[in-house]
Amino acid sequence: MKIIRFLTLVGGLLLLWELVVDVAGLPHYILPGPMAVARAVYLKFAILLVHGFTTLIEILAGLALGTGLGAFCALTMIVSRPLKQWVLPVLVISQAIPVFALAPILVIWFGYGMASKIAMAVLIIFFPVTAAFYDGLRRTEPDLLELARVMNARPLATLRLIKIPSALPAFASGLRTATAVAPIGAVVGEWVGASSGLGYFMLHANARMQIDLMFAALFLLSVMSLILYFTIDHLLDRIIYWQKKEENPK
Amino acid sequence: MPGFRFRQTSPVTPDVTRPAPAIHFDNVGFSFPGKTVFSGLNLFVESGLCTCILGPSGCGKSTLLRLISGSAGLTFTGTIRFGDNSRQQGRTAWMAQQDLLLPWMSIRDNVLLGDRLRGTVTVGKRSAANRLLAAAGLEGWGEKLPGVLSGGMRQRVALLRTLMEDRSVILMDEPFSALDALTRIKLQNLTIQLIQGATVLLVTHDPMEALRVADRIYVLSGQPARPGAVITPPGPRPRDVSDAAFARLNAQLLDQLLGEDGP
Repeated sequence: MKIIRFLTLVGGLLLLWELVVDVAGLPHYILPGPMAVARAVYLKFAILLVHGFTTLIEILAGLALGTGLGAFCALTMIVSRPLKQWVLPVLVISQAIPVFALAPILVIWFGYGMASKIAMAVLIIFFPVTAAFYDGLRRTEPDLLELARVMNARPLATLRLIKIPSALPAFASGLRTATAVAPIGAVVGEWVGASSGLGYFMLHANARMQIDLMFAALFLLSVMSLILYFTIDHLLDRIIYWQKKEENPK
Repeated sequence: MPGFRFRQTSPVTPDVTRPAPAIHFDNVGFSFPGKTVFSGLNLFVESGLCTCILGPSGCGKSTLLRLISGSAGLTFTGTIRFGDNSRQQGRTAWMAQQDLLLPWMSIRDNVLLGDRLRGTVTVGKRSAANRLLAAAGLEGWGEKLPGVLSGGMRQRVALLRTLMEDRSVILMDEPFSALDALTRIKLQNLTIQLIQGATVLLVTHDPMEALRVADRIYVLSGQPARPGAVITPPGPRPRDVSDAAFARLNAQLLDQLLGEDGP
């Protein structure tokens, strides 16, 4: 049922798109129809894949580094109060700087290669991860901590066995947000200065009014983002195995 | 299950090798901002017996337990000491109204939680946990997650976790109040059967529960809260409270509880 509904929805939207293009008689360089985009994807598939691969690596590396950094920051703040008093202001200030405005500087610092795009993705990813995970760690059920205290628990064991698992659902929602925004970081980085990647490819196509190629790149980017999101979502459900999915009962 | 004695089953921490201490509250004062909970409180909890503190909601019963277990951030005046003058830390186990089972740990690991948190799990303790599970009718459930358990079974596991601590002072904070009547009676019986020799302080708002399980009963009332005279219900525990004598005691306890609020 779910699949049928999904296919109907996608098919309907594509049909609507084709109709709008045909009825309004839009020129090809303003809005190509889905058929034209499909043709572009087909014809340029190899080159799209090459650029897509670059962007994918940037996104994955950014996600891994950003999530690691975010988790590290959150744990640091929860383990040590003095450290938290130093780290928290830095985090807040770092978020006051519009990350996209940093993109040109990052390109100067890290060059035209992948590094500057990964840095960009890390910058926008790590904050939602840190904030969500830290919040989760802080909200550990007080009675559980009291129980651990009465049991003379070792602090690290309390962190490992109680606080971190308690905070995993919050961490997961942070990671889902991060997964959704990671491609933005990579693509914006590529717009500013790159020699490869879907963002670079789109900019190139745009300059030559090859709008169908832009849409083709956009299509590939969307597919990649969706697959990535659902993979992460599935993984998180595996990791948080004790949480029942109450929101979609069978 | 018959003949099962908790102490023989799991000689885990050295604490039970010492006799269970009495607990003395001498002139204890404690207040939250804007509310005096205790003032000049004197209370004597006999060693090795089950003492029930009976009181209306919000009278400070839970606070009393937390003062003994030394909750962080609770500072009081006066003294609370164990009869043998030992330090309180490491001698108490705490059981709350919510089972506080960790949903990500197997049922057996939940029973072993204290040892896992202290890093003292051994093969011997694992088998002690298995024996406790078997004694509580939960044989074969050890590897499962707590999510599959009913409310009564969850609280049973929480009881086993408390017993596994093998502490000589057991603090129970309305441990049965979230259960249905039948499950509650079963768990009360199991508790009496499994806890032998420890000093138990059980707070409850249910007079019938106090009459079923307690060796000694204090009614806590007033503000700041003060205990009434000690009540010693007759007969071995768990008592059959359908008896007429208990109906009178029950009425008496209810009177004391209601006394403060008026009709």
